[in-house]
Amino acid sequence: MALTIAAFVANRLVYLSTVDSIIIAFYFVLVLAIGWYLKGRANTGEDFFMAGREMTAWIAGLSFLSANLGSLELMGWAAAAYQYGILATHWYWFGAIPAMLFLALVMMPFYYISKTHSVPGYLKLRYGEPARALSAISFAFMTVLMSGINMYSMALVMKVVLGWDINFSIWVSSLTVAIYVALGGLRSAIFNEVLQFVLIWAGALLIPILGLVETGGWGNLKLQIAHNASAEYTHLWSTLGSFQGNPMGIHWTGIVFGLGFILSFGYWTTDFLVVQRVLAAKDLRSAKMAPVIGAAFKMMVPFIVILPGLLGLAVLPLKLTGETQAVATGGHSYNEVLPLMLARYCGPGLLGLGITALIAGFMSGMAGNVSAFATVWTYDIYRALIYKDGTDQHYVSMGRWCTVLGVLISVGTAYLVMQFASIMDYVQALFSFFIAPLFGTVVLGMLWKRVTGPAGFWGLLAGTLSSIGMWAWVKVDPSALRYVALSPYAKDMAENMYRALWSTLFGVLVTIVVSYMTTPRPEAELRGLVYGATEIPHEAHVSWRHRPAFWASVVGVVFVVLNILVW
Amino acid sequence: MREISIWFFIGISLLVNGVLITAAGVWEIFHAPLHPVVQFNLHANVWWGALLLVLGAAACVHFAPRRA
Repeated sequence: MALTIAAFVANRLVYLSTVDSIIIAFYFVLVLAIGWYLKGRANTGEDFFMAGREMTAWIAGLSFLSANLGSLELMGWAAAAYQYGILATHWYWFGAIPAMLFLALVMMPFYYISKTHSVPGYLKLRYGEPARALSAISFAFMTVLMSGINMYSMALVMKVVLGWDINFSIWVSSLTVAIYVALGGLRSAIFNEVLQFVLIWAGALLIPILGLVETGGWGNLKLQIAHNASAEYTHLWSTLGSFQGNPMGIHWTGIVFGLGFILSFGYWTTDFLVVQRVLAAKDLRSAKMAPVIGAAFKMMVPFIVILPGLLGLAVLPLKLTGETQAVATGGHSYNEVLPLMLARYCGPGLLGLGITALIAGFMSGMAGNVSAFATVWTYDIYRALIYKDGTDQHYVSMGRWCTVLGVLISVGTAYLVMQFASIMDYVQALFSFFIAPLFGTVVLGMLWKRVTGPAGFWGLLAGTLSSIGMWAWVKVDPSALRYVALSPYAKDMAENMYRALWSTLFGVLVTIVVSYMTTPRPEAELRGLVYGATEIPHEAHVSWRHRPAFWASVVGVVFVVLNILVW
Repeated sequence: MREISIWFFIGISLLVNGVLITAAGVWEIFHAPLHPVVQFNLHANVWWGALLLVLGAAACVHFAPRRA
């Protein structure tokens, strides 16, 4: 019976009608047309790398979210929902919303007023060249790896759903991204990300709608999941009292402190991939509103990502497994739950749109990585360390070539990533290496005048090395998990949370100690960079309904209500 | 020429997809598929495609490029 169903699904997955193919082809034509149309608007460095700093709050906000809504979001978290249940929603709510609002209201003024072109650029202004170099090199390394993960995920979907050759998928999508980003720069990436955001919703929203119709609503869905898996799969907080009480093997302290306060703040406030979109806003108010708009939509993303994973637990007649087991048995892995649900509900036309949504997700994530990589490489590595006296035109050319080069390196890493069993766990490990310690360094620099340049550098280095060290320690001696993650039962994701927490705290500690051992910079040099030394424009003349703080409060209230509803 | 709004491009995308999906849905009503999807009786591609078509057409009209 199971074999029959699997064969049916497999046959169904590889079938594309003519209308589906036309929809997918039209998408590729449109994104290339946008890139071609915008090529004349990317002649200066400010245009190519910062989109002229003239994006509205809505465009910057949707792009901010879309750059993150890559393959990992769509496929990886649907897979995580199937594997761990509704706990995966923490990465969208508690692991995102507070940090996005913090970026909007607290950190954005310093990024924007300093007129930096990148996060490493801010570190240069605040701490000096060594901190920038360390941050830029680690970011560039992480970014091409992330891009490779995106490509791998996309190729996997194309293989499962359409039977496309994995190499064909990687090269077609990556060359398309390379062309439209190299032509139109960040503006082209942002415009396409907004288009991709709309297509993702248009293509993915039907799955939860039809799934809830099939299961008879949320109440019945919970009953079916309790029958097929466990009732714990539909509780967000109530099972986090012990490591063994939930499918993820994590304690609430890991979610609150590791994810909520370290990894999430690190990613949403210092990962240049997303921050770059907000820096392109046309004024400070737009730059503050953009993350608030992004947060409002972020709260809704679980509807198209987590819910399909949960629906898979309830309605799919076959049991999904880990990647290794799926390959060994010829079955389907967790990562395929979203395409399987797509094939279940979407007929001709809708299937094409759904596949387009997946491709759009992959390409928006890839474009985000590539455009951020091009900026950091050109401004923070090439101009800072290799060739300081080039013309603006020279750096724009470097940015274009670097876009193509970044894509090629990403293609190489895509093949490397295929060796790893779990996509998401791997990404979280990378975050805990590079992004989590960076948050401590940046936020201390923004909020405390006493922090010195050497302290910023040594704190960042200590945080990064301690994170890598803890990871290596557990690899060499698995029993060390009881110390790093506070429990021998902790799973990979829980380990990543705690490693992020310890590495950030260690980095902050080193930063504070070194600050007191070194001479602080004069306050005049910190103007526009640090709280207390920066005049932040008041919004007294702006009506309450145009104030970012008001809308951040609205988002905050909805966020609390949602968490209580699925407690 | 003023810059064409991104919402115009999005309108084109929704409009074209809406037309294609609705047409495919209507075709399926009269030519039942051999292996229908789950919930086929709801004819999601007809009403979802129509919704995209209407939204796309509205965006195309509202954000149509005009000479400055």
